[in-house]
Amino acid sequence: MMTALERAERNIRRGLVIASAGLLGLAGVYLMAWRFTPPERFQGLAQKIFYIHPPAAYASEMAFVFAGIASLLYLLLKDERFDTFAEASAEVGLAFALVLLTTGPIWAKPIWGAWWTWDARLTFSLIEFLLFAGYFALRSAVRDPAERARYAAVVAIMGMLLVPFIHLTVYLFNTTHPQPVVVRTDKPALPLVMLRTFLMSFAVFTVIYIGFVTARYGIGARRIARELTDAG
Amino acid sequence: MSTLHAALAIARKDLRIEWRHKTALLTATLFAILVLLIFVFARDPASVPLAAIAPSVLWVTLALSALVALNRAFLLEREHSALEGILLAPVARQAIFWGKWLANLAFVLTVQAIAFPLWILFFNVTPSLALIAVAGVAVLAAIGFTAVGTLFSAMAVRTRFAELLLPVLLLPFMIPPVFAASEATLRLLAGRPMGELWGWLRLLALYDLAFLVLANLLFPVVVDE
Repeated sequence: MMTALERAERNIRRGLVIASAGLLGLAGVYLMAWRFTPPERFQGLAQKIFYIHPPAAYASEMAFVFAGIASLLYLLLKDERFDTFAEASAEVGLAFALVLLTTGPIWAKPIWGAWWTWDARLTFSLIEFLLFAGYFALRSAVRDPAERARYAAVVAIMGMLLVPFIHLTVYLFNTTHPQPVVVRTDKPALPLVMLRTFLMSFAVFTVIYIGFVTARYGIGARRIARELTDAG
Repeated sequence: MSTLHAALAIARKDLRIEWRHKTALLTATLFAILVLLIFVFARDPASVPLAAIAPSVLWVTLALSALVALNRAFLLEREHSALEGILLAPVARQAIFWGKWLANLAFVLTVQAIAFPLWILFFNVTPSLALIAVAGVAVLAAIGFTAVGTLFSAMAVRTRFAELLLPVLLLPFMIPPVFAASEATLRLLAGRPMGELWGWLRLLALYDLAFLVLANLLFPVVVDE
């Protein structure tokens, strides 16, 4: 029978192995985007960022949704593992959101002529980033673990309800952001050779997410296990 | 004691304390005046007419002074551990939420009611019926974000950085109502047809309803050990 500490250590190791595989895959995506995918006709090299930017958006969105679901489960079942998972997923989501918010302006400068515009999608991503930044500000300000878990869950659940409202608010404006080119009612508007690289990047980001969350969950669980050993 | 009676009693108690001290009210009002003044002077009078920035200034002022006002909500309770006393009272947790929310709403609306005429005065806004509608929009916006603020301030006061944490947490939640309200204000002051306003007003009403219900549901989770 493994102790909680050993289990946590194993999770960290597993997470790091999965994350390494994912990062290797990311190198593969770069290679494919660079060597085996033609440049886009109008945007040229700037379009290459497209193999990173939307997958990062997808990964951060997935991470935040899972954090919200885990928070709800925590309040219902009072199992601290859900809180540890919510924290892990939210932190990884914040990292992906940072990738999203840095790659966006890099692309926007040559294509739109400005680093930042108050376009619907940009505004949405920024507010969601602020929401989860607040989530971690709160976590760091509460000492008692049970209280911290409850408060954090409350903020995450409120955040889940806020997201559709931000969506409604920012989309009441017109958007200049490129529209989806893959998920749409008619067939994908992307040449097959680009689509291949694009989809591979989504798969790779999923793997990176799983790796990071597993490792981060292990770190959270290890901290709890150590606190228990110290106390007991 | 019914929930409504208990809620009203709590709200009355909070407002009476506020009325006797008047410090928070005075602080929030002075703060609103300061924000208005900064906007008047931090602009090039030759190129930016007051009328052009009036709607944005109104909402910067109202949103920031509401934040200042909300910060005080639970601070008083913390000072003397009075919240524990209220929690021991044989009333539903929901009643405490409604009472706190009512007091907060009344307080925020009072500060806004002071800032509003000052804004009309300082920014030379032409008095018209549209201004009454703008005031209505301000009330509609305040209902929702004070509900969120009531829930969050109950958490924030029990943390280490109470004064800082509430604005950080509340900011993302103030964006939809303040955004919608300023869009509606812009259209009201420009005399646009009602058709352009409906979307924003519906958004405000929906936000109020959704967050009043959810904040009320989550409040017991926050206050109960």
